[in-house]
Amino acid sequence: MTPFDYVRPASLADAIAAWEPGAAYLGGGTNLVDLMKTGALRPGKLIDLTRLPGLDRIEALANGDTRIGALVRNADLAHDADFARAFPMVAEALLSGASGQLRNAATVGGNLLQRTRCAYFQDPHSPCNRRDPGAGCAARSGDNGGLAILGWSAACIATNPSDFCVALAAMDAVVEVEGPDGARQISFADFHLLPGETPERETALHPGEVIVAIRLPAASAGFRAHSRYLKLRDRTSYAFALVSAAAALRFEGGKIAGARLALGAVAARPWRVAEAEALMIGQTPDRALFDTAADVALNGAAPSGDNGHKIALAHRTAARALALAAEGTPAQMPAFPASVFGGHAHA
Amino acid sequence: MPDTLPFATRFGSNAGQPVSRRDGVAKVTGTATFAADNHPEGMLHAVYVPATIARGRVTHLDVAAARAHPGVVEVITPANRPLLEGDPEAKHFMFAFRFEALQDDTVRYANQPIALVLAETLEAATEGARLLDPRYEAESPRVGLDGNTPYTVEVGAFGRRGQTVHGDVAAGHAAAVQSLDVTYETPAQYHNAMETHAVVAQWQGDQVTLDMPNQAIVMSRGAYGYYFGIPAENVLIRSPYLGGGFGSKAIPNGPTVLAILAARMTGRPVKLMLRRDQMFGPVGHRGATRQRLRIGIDAEGRMTVLDHESLATTSTFDDFVESAANASQGLYAAGALRSAHSGVRVDTGTPGPMRAPGEASGSAALECAMDEMAERAGLDPLEFRLRNYAETEPGTGLPYSSKALRECYLRGAERFGWAKRPLQPRQMRDEDGMLVGWGMGTALFHAPMFQAQARAVLRPDGTGLVETAAADMGQGAWTALAQIAADSLGLPLDKVEFRSGSSDLPDGGVAGGSGHTATAGGALHAAGRDAIDRLAQIATADPASPLFGAGNKGVTARDGRLFVTDDDSRSESYAEIIARAGGSEVIGTGSAARPPEQAAKHAMYSHGAVFAEVKVDPDLYQMRVTRLVGAFAAGRIINPKLAESQLMGGMIWGISFALHEEARFDARTGRIMNADFAGYHIPVNADVSGLEVITVHEDDPHVNALGIKGVGEIGIVGTVGAIGNAIWHATGHRIRRFPIRIEDLLRAERG
Repeated sequence: MTPFDYVRPASLADAIAAWEPGAAYLGGGTNLVDLMKTGALRPGKLIDLTRLPGLDRIEALANGDTRIGALVRNADLAHDADFARAFPMVAEALLSGASGQLRNAATVGGNLLQRTRCAYFQDPHSPCNRRDPGAGCAARSGDNGGLAILGWSAACIATNPSDFCVALAAMDAVVEVEGPDGARQISFADFHLLPGETPERETALHPGEVIVAIRLPAASAGFRAHSRYLKLRDRTSYAFALVSAAAALRFEGGKIAGARLALGAVAARPWRVAEAEALMIGQTPDRALFDTAADVALNGAAPSGDNGHKIALAHRTAARALALAAEGTPAQMPAFPASVFGGHAHA
Repeated sequence: MPDTLPFATRFGSNAGQPVSRRDGVAKVTGTATFAADNHPEGMLHAVYVPATIARGRVTHLDVAAARAHPGVVEVITPANRPLLEGDPEAKHFMFAFRFEALQDDTVRYANQPIALVLAETLEAATEGARLLDPRYEAESPRVGLDGNTPYTVEVGAFGRRGQTVHGDVAAGHAAAVQSLDVTYETPAQYHNAMETHAVVAQWQGDQVTLDMPNQAIVMSRGAYGYYFGIPAENVLIRSPYLGGGFGSKAIPNGPTVLAILAARMTGRPVKLMLRRDQMFGPVGHRGATRQRLRIGIDAEGRMTVLDHESLATTSTFDDFVESAANASQGLYAAGALRSAHSGVRVDTGTPGPMRAPGEASGSAALECAMDEMAERAGLDPLEFRLRNYAETEPGTGLPYSSKALRECYLRGAERFGWAKRPLQPRQMRDEDGMLVGWGMGTALFHAPMFQAQARAVLRPDGTGLVETAAADMGQGAWTALAQIAADSLGLPLDKVEFRSGSSDLPDGGVAGGSGHTATAGGALHAAGRDAIDRLAQIATADPASPLFGAGNKGVTARDGRLFVTDDDSRSESYAEIIARAGGSEVIGTGSAARPPEQAAKHAMYSHGAVFAEVKVDPDLYQMRVTRLVGAFAAGRIINPKLAESQLMGGMIWGISFALHEEARFDARTGRIMNADFAGYHIPVNADVSGLEVITVHEDDPHVNALGIKGVGEIGIVGTVGAIGNAIWHATGHRIRRFPIRIEDLLRAERG
């Protein structure tokens, strides 16, 4: 790989001070290092955040929110008993992603910044507007069966590959960041950007900003009894989603009092549609309602290539995820998380 | 269960015992030395530069930039590549495939080597390779089964027949009261052993030592000698362990030859190990196929004709056409049989033998077509196969050397519970509402033997040493062959030292074709018997021995002693006999090969029957193989534990073929866009459950002296079709292209 500088700052302030154009922050390295090996990414400097103190804690805040340090490992978060009780769907999404080895290495902050798995982005020899602005998009007329059906543009049809992010989007997560200009918070809905004319701009982070924590509001834990993540994939483990859905419901008197639905692997960011959630409020859960919600969630979906099948699959997955959420969160994490074969033991 | 039975209960036999692999601890503790673990003093790292176009020529390489990179020692391109003494385009032996070793600037497929960079570190070599920044004059690549004009294949891979007709095919079609005409497709697949191809080459004068994983150790010695103009005996290949081979590691390839050449050029040891993505190009693959099957049956469901055509991709510069249609030879008693092959030349590397070459792809289509024919006839698929059971080889009329296929069918079906299968599809659901389907397939694989030699030594202390250059690809040769050798010497396994995996040993033959245990084992058996004969000669001629006068044929070897046959009171230990004879070790030699007249008298195959259960979500079409039962008859099983593991591995590959594996080409560039394990799917543990193997014993007096067939490849055969058929049975949808994906079922549902 191309030679690069490597620094291991002792403090967050040092890390931010070390940043310069062309530098990259290093978390678990499970995505960045792969892309450096293939030559798709060639940062001039790696700023290793993994030894920074204090960023690997899962905290219950005084206001009831849960704060997850950016350096918490995916596996540690998923297996944290308190966290999994409060946010079982987030834990299920985490455990449906990658492999055990990768989850042990990957950090939750890094997960928010993982790059698309579009083959043409990963391949340094293919034109890609996201990797190389203005180069063109090889995916548009290439092998694109898995790419976006929502929010794509002529410049880019990539999808965000994360499972975790879909669940976070549904849970109204907030991203805490710090950078050269100080600290700020970004709501999850605003964090990932759609490609438009500038697919190279993937997130709302400013240059040099570091994710320090992800916060889940106390209110979102109110969905714990009825929340599921469902993921279609070409093999049972260690496969990215064909489509996925995070669904969460809250009931009062048999009627839906709160509803969340986010779709994964359909766009460059987790896909949430407020109208799809709102229409379920006050209703009795049934198949027709969930179909309608799925319809609305997929409003405007269009194939970006040979991937029209994803529209139907996303629709069915969304409706099923809602139905599974209505049935109730399983008492135990399914043996195959987020799978239709996961088992149906209910709380 | 204990791993080995106590010696006392073995009745003197090591063969037949489920001995754990003897190299297992070394492998799981990391002490087993694989090729790339060798780091001789002064070693350079080599990285080959893969072409990123599939057709055209290289117009520029920035050699200066690469050379200027710190640590880069040498850059080899067609402009400065030293001459090879042998022609990389020559077909000088059976496993010689044409390959690219920088003979010119032509690009014939993506990932072809176009330069080699040598550096003091792997990182420097990798960056040097990137800095070459190749420029090309690209031509439009020919990709896929429709990428070029097909041609008729008269002689297929490894000399197998391209066109075979038995009986009157037209009459068979005409006589049919019901007919089927269906077309199936299988994709290109790449071997992708866990250990990628690797070599560490060290020259001393005109002698070279090659640490490399190799399935054909002694044969390859001659091949590399040819390319470098040195006698075969000047090449030492050390291949104690292979991290999988699957057919790919029997064949010389361009990157390996370039690394050896680089070592000679620089005068330093050179190591080259392919990156995972580089496995998708220069080291073989399974070509894509499109197979048309036409089957006719009479009113009783007996096949009047089995007419199988296969089109397969090969490269533009060499020939290896999957003999897929030959899967229809030798199996069903059709009135007429036709297997016809054609090829299509596309801009890929040349395909090669990949675990169950021909049969894996051919059986996938054949067994699904059989299921479709049974469906049309309203017959249970097993009943349909039993009605067409061949008592002699179809077409040739040869008797089978042994064939316990009927027992495989019956035992597999019983274990699986096949009798409860509803005839119609979409009849079964589980407690969660999942669609459940059951399917089956027949497995057939030829039982070849190659040539091998071995040496067996009885040492003065009464222990044994046996030697043959066999290859353990993970299948367990270190163990099963030692069991055979120990028996041949009448010694317990722990009293025999087994040397293998090095080309300075007697030729153990090729570890491939499912013939290694039979072949290398046959040679070891003969060598051991020869040593015992020699020992018996000494003993029976020695008046001081209790065996004196017994005659060679009247002596039995058991547990380190020779006995007068049927008289246990007269015996003597090997050590005693050797000591009295002067203390020199007794050396026996042996060889194995199947006499041609033996091969002409019988049809020789392993057989099996595979039963699959799948569950499919009725709405989302997520699929899962929930049970696989395979019953196999493969002659005498030397080590049931390892044989069952091999068969299971094959069946898992069947899951892979049916549901996962596919190289996805970009039609514009001819490049494979999923050339890593995140994109090129093989099953993970979570995809495999309910796997059962039954072995059905066969006594085969004809196949070879030991009665051994093979288990290395047959596990795939039949499994793919069984899974495809189970998916139909679950859903009512016939998907005629592998791998079967969620979107295929969705599209089928939506018409």
